[in-house]
Amino acid sequence: MSTPSPPFSGPPEGTPRLELAGITKRYPSVVANDGVHLKVGPGEIHAVLGENGAGKSTLMKIIYGAVQADAGQIQWNGREVVIANPSEARRLGIGMVFQHFSLFETLTVVENIALALDEPFDLKGLAARVKEVSTRYGLPLDPDRLVYSLSVGERQRVEIVRCLLQEPQLLILDEPTSVLTPQAVQKLFETLRRLASEGVSILYISHKLHEIQSLCHSATVMRGGKVTGTATPSRETPASLARMMIGRELPVCEVPAFTGEATPVLSVRGLSHTPDDPFGTALKDIALEVRRGEILGIAGISGNGQAELLAALSGETTGPADTVVLAGTPVGHLDAGRRRKRGLTFVPEERLGRGAVPPMSLADNATLSAHGHGLVKKGFLRPKAAWEFAKACIERFDVRCGGPGAAARSLSGGNLQKFIVGREIMQQPIAMVVAQPTWGVDVGAAAFLRQTLIDLSRSGVAILVISEELEELFEICDRIAVLAEGRLSEAVPKQQTNAEKIGMQMSGLFSAADTREPAHAAA
Amino acid sequence: MIEHLIPVLAGTLAAATPLIFAGLGELVAERTGVINLGVEGMMLIGAVAGFAAAAHSDGGALAGLPAGAVAGMLAALIFAILSLSMAANQAACGLALTIFGIGLSAFIGQHYVSYSLPGLPPLDIPGLSEIPVIGRILFHQDAVTYLGLVTFVGVWWVLKKTRLGLVLKAVGEAPDAAHAIGYPVIAIRYGATLFGGAMAGIAGAYLSTVYTPLWVQNMVAGRGWIAIALVVFAAWNPTRLLLGAWLFGGVTILQFHAQGLGIALPVQFLAALPYLATVVVLVLISRDKRLLQLNLPASLGKPWMP
Repeated sequence: MSTPSPPFSGPPEGTPRLELAGITKRYPSVVANDGVHLKVGPGEIHAVLGENGAGKSTLMKIIYGAVQADAGQIQWNGREVVIANPSEARRLGIGMVFQHFSLFETLTVVENIALALDEPFDLKGLAARVKEVSTRYGLPLDPDRLVYSLSVGERQRVEIVRCLLQEPQLLILDEPTSVLTPQAVQKLFETLRRLASEGVSILYISHKLHEIQSLCHSATVMRGGKVTGTATPSRETPASLARMMIGRELPVCEVPAFTGEATPVLSVRGLSHTPDDPFGTALKDIALEVRRGEILGIAGISGNGQAELLAALSGETTGPADTVVLAGTPVGHLDAGRRRKRGLTFVPEERLGRGAVPPMSLADNATLSAHGHGLVKKGFLRPKAAWEFAKACIERFDVRCGGPGAAARSLSGGNLQKFIVGREIMQQPIAMVVAQPTWGVDVGAAAFLRQTLIDLSRSGVAILVISEELEELFEICDRIAVLAEGRLSEAVPKQQTNAEKIGMQMSGLFSAADTREPAHAAA
Repeated sequence: MIEHLIPVLAGTLAAATPLIFAGLGELVAERTGVINLGVEGMMLIGAVAGFAAAAHSDGGALAGLPAGAVAGMLAALIFAILSLSMAANQAACGLALTIFGIGLSAFIGQHYVSYSLPGLPPLDIPGLSEIPVIGRILFHQDAVTYLGLVTFVGVWWVLKKTRLGLVLKAVGEAPDAAHAIGYPVIAIRYGATLFGGAMAGIAGAYLSTVYTPLWVQNMVAGRGWIAIALVVFAAWNPTRLLLGAWLFGGVTILQFHAQGLGIALPVQFLAALPYLATVVVLVLISRDKRLLQLNLPASLGKPWMP
């Protein structure tokens, strides 16, 4: 991606900063960590690599004192320690930046930081220090702003600055780049390299191979709660790292060309909407068009109007009739059920709670959205038909579960997503809207879902995908648009753009991105 | 004219006192995400405990208030154990506590029906009470009314200026995040809930031993519910709460005077007026959805377990 970190000569003859031995943590249904060993030296950027559910987050919570291990030792600067809680960890000099930020929306930046510091309460003095530290490390912040008004990238800065003010010796970052634009990722890496050069050890948790290769000195790879290997990322290839991570080759999608006629199926014109929620984002004059046989991708960081756009497309919020047009019929004024009847199906971002009702069986969940397909007759449920429908869906889409009677919440994220996507596909839509199709899904299921969407589009369905994962969009989409601050950019064929351009647009700089020449290819 | 207003305004301050105590207590609890609908019950328990303590000791109201505080706190403890430690539904627990308080206070209070206490004489603040008009309104009150205002300043200061205030708000805003950075969420919620109980108990004891020093069954008469409404409509802001309490107190006194002047309205309607006026005015000033949303403790009423 960019300049690699300066070579790291391994921990100097001194003791490692942190050494874990035999860390084990069991939960009722799963062993999250099974005899994990890990060693980080001073000034080392150490990657912890693994899929969702590999046990990375649990391990980090154990180091940070938020979770207690059942067995194993922790050595801190050569001394055995018990980290009973997060404030104990902070006292030792361990700071953590969480994947789902631990910030308080209605408090200001400086108040948020004050809450995490064990020192006399002086907001004015602290604000000055926040300014000073944030400038020193290139993380500009306004201490007096309320957190809810900050972008996701700015919120992450708050978390990092909060850690830095505690002058940590070890900084843990849990999937820090999942919410950043490619440019912001580069800035973050500069900051981290600088910290490492000052002697701070960094534990960097990620499943993104190229990031680890460009940033980290060493890596510990985890799978199913166990360490499957250690590596020097710069000497590995993405394929070899992936093999260590998932135990086999990284699956690749096939993207055939569409041969039919690409007539527009779902189009949006002049869609503006201001949500009631003061924390929401207003949509400003959105226009888009999804054609038969293509996948249109919408990139952007969550919170830029994604939720509002999804609601407007699915029919959860309605507006003037002609703002949303489905196969030539204005549907902007119709609710979700009526749009579904006309052939628009929808896979929301929240699987449990919106895509499926957690305690209900898969058969009942099938009835909820596919009732128009023979599962209800004259107002009466036909449980047998629903059972058959769910069974067919389970078989066709390789859903691993206890059968149509299994409760939705008993399925893993990937399997439930396969079921929901399958249920929507079996309703034979003419257009489908999918949000974050592979969020929190393991690599195998993600590849299956992507291929499913590609195949569906090539059968003549118009598909709109909203995703934060740029790589995913570049893999499956034909055209990509960017949603930033409630505005949608013009969709461009993916061959005519790249991750850097899209990243510029994500920051809301539409025109600036156009003046840049296409540099590196998609990351 | 001013001669008529002085007793009205002076009475307003005293009538608002129970609401200030109970409302501030509930406000602090709700800031941490705990909605305790048992305020009415805790006030009644505090009222009967205070009355009993005052009746059986030489301390009078001065013995009644601490007794009320302790009793209210014990009542809140029941609520806290159920809803915080056992994560039961807060609304259901609060309603149950109110029903329990009505019954318990009636049961204990049956010995005291029609029994009256000496009450508490007004305490003149030397010098200040000599000021014409204002002196007689502000500085010729009973000691508990002053204490209520001091409590208001204290709560305002803690919430606005101290780390404790920030922690309370943080816990109500995002208990998960507060836990993640190492705050004992359940202990903080216990503290706030017990504080709320003690304040409600003081409010009840004030009613039974100072405001109308005479035991009447169910004498809190819905003031606990008004206190809860005040907290919400005040958007969890103590200053707005104080203004709301004064409004309620003012209309209460005014309708007494109206009854005295023989205005041709049913007494029941006049008696309902303070409740009606308070709710209407508060709804009007809290129409600003944004304000409510920004101040609403995001975890309000949601059970939380580490």
